[in-house]
Amino acid sequence: MSSALTPNQAIPIKSAEMPNVGLRRMITDHVMTGLSVFAMLLVLAPLVAIFGYLVYKGIGSISWDFLTQTPKPVGEIGGGMANAIEGSAVILGLASLLGVPVGIGAGVYLAEYGRGGYLGSVVRFVSDVLNGVPSIVIGIVAYSLVVLKQKHFSALAGGVALAIMMIPTITRTTEEMLLLVPTQIREAAYGLGVSQWRTTLSITLRTALPGVITGVMLAFARVAGETAPLLFTAFGNQFWNFNLNQPTAALPLQIFAYAISPFDEWHKQAWAGALVLIVMIVVAVSAVRLAVSRGNLGGAH
Amino acid sequence: MGVSIQVQNLNAWFGKKQALFDITMTAQANHCTALIGPSGCGKSTFVRCINRMHETIPDAKAAGSVKIGDVDAYNGTSATQLRRRVGMVFQKPNPFPTMSVYDNVAAGLKLNGFSSNHKQMDEIVERSLKNSALWDEVKDDLKKKSGASLSGGQQQRLCIARALAVEPEVVLMDEPCSALDPISTGKIEDLIFQLKQNYTILIVTHNMQQAARVAEYTGFFLLGKLIEFDKTTKIFTTPSDKRTEDYITGRFG
Repeated sequence: MSSALTPNQAIPIKSAEMPNVGLRRMITDHVMTGLSVFAMLLVLAPLVAIFGYLVYKGIGSISWDFLTQTPKPVGEIGGGMANAIEGSAVILGLASLLGVPVGIGAGVYLAEYGRGGYLGSVVRFVSDVLNGVPSIVIGIVAYSLVVLKQKHFSALAGGVALAIMMIPTITRTTEEMLLLVPTQIREAAYGLGVSQWRTTLSITLRTALPGVITGVMLAFARVAGETAPLLFTAFGNQFWNFNLNQPTAALPLQIFAYAISPFDEWHKQAWAGALVLIVMIVVAVSAVRLAVSRGNLGGAH
Repeated sequence: MGVSIQVQNLNAWFGKKQALFDITMTAQANHCTALIGPSGCGKSTFVRCINRMHETIPDAKAAGSVKIGDVDAYNGTSATQLRRRVGMVFQKPNPFPTMSVYDNVAAGLKLNGFSSNHKQMDEIVERSLKNSALWDEVKDDLKKKSGASLSGGQQQRLCIARALAVEPEVVLMDEPCSALDPISTGKIEDLIFQLKQNYTILIVTHNMQQAARVAEYTGFFLLGKLIEFDKTTKIFTTPSDKRTEDYITGRFG
């Protein structure tokens, strides 16, 4: 807007059309905003519906017994999934312990060292393929790698299977997030005489941390509900087990077993198990996010 | 104290493309030397060869002799050791975004494994921030404010403080004011005058008035060659090369 020009001087033909153009733009603006809100609702609706239905079906069976007791034999009323909750926590913890360092390490290699190299592109390709491998196949791999060697099912085998599933997601998101860190930040560290590994660890990875954590959480949430790879690795168990080398119960397995059973009481427990599983994932993800945001400084970004 | 920078027959390449041709020059200790020239003429590459930052780019290489005082930059010293003696300030202010003002200044020492007690570190941080004329503006929330929350000019002075904290002998500045407003630019120029007492300064600039204001010596680069190197007054009043004259009078570039 030039104030030096009178309306007549300021491109006269256009100024006559101005009101119409303004109206059209306003309508387009509203339509596009409406479409994106609609798309957002479309995404949100199933999520809310699923969670709502889970609460509706499952909340009735959740009790102190459900959270603290092991399953009862058929015909007996009561019993819970405490061993499965514990088993899931152990298997997921083990999977994270194995999968997160390897995934982040591979992502660091791709972004910081293997950029444009032959090995880098091979790792990138393999990790994308691994991401698309059906989870049941990964279960079979863990079965032949761990279960056959140990000669029995175990929590360890389940953890290995889930870790293999976590790695490609974590690797690729870590790589993407590190590549988003501007070269100038790395150069600032190099310029101070900081070595490359120290720069990667303390500067680049630290700067990209919120994004890397998001990748880890995505991978975690995805494998938390996996059933197929656990069928012939962790196998399931009706009793408490705290030994990594023994068959272990897990929530998805227990839900699966109860859901296909012919008993009404078990169906209710399956719903409750599903609700507990979702709540566990939400709690874990929120806790990690909270812990990460604690370290942030006021005024950053 | 600052030491001189002696460069002899320096050549640099990006892949097959040669970016610098046989550069020979000396920047006097405790003086400010400015490098001017059109974009893409090799000034920045030249500065980045001095602290061996050039070689961090894939396929880039450099050959020739660079001496920081008595230390041969390309012989018998590692790039990381060298860079602790040669501070660098970049074109765009680049504080570490996840760190507080305090941690930004302390970063060079901490990440290099220099262990000191809190009191020593506090002193170093305070001294560095005072030397970069930022102390009064940030002293109240040193540890609470992120380096990235400062204004552009403050960020650049923070980057200077960060470079000074590791006690270099030489400070390289690659267009330190090109992203700053005139007031911040003025502050940085004042700062350069003070820093000269303790450091040798090599500054790349697109602003010829700036070169004339801050530097005792000026070098003119064109197409990867050092066309002329002399006292600043000589370069800007009676240059000996026609191309230098054309550039400073604005006939090209």
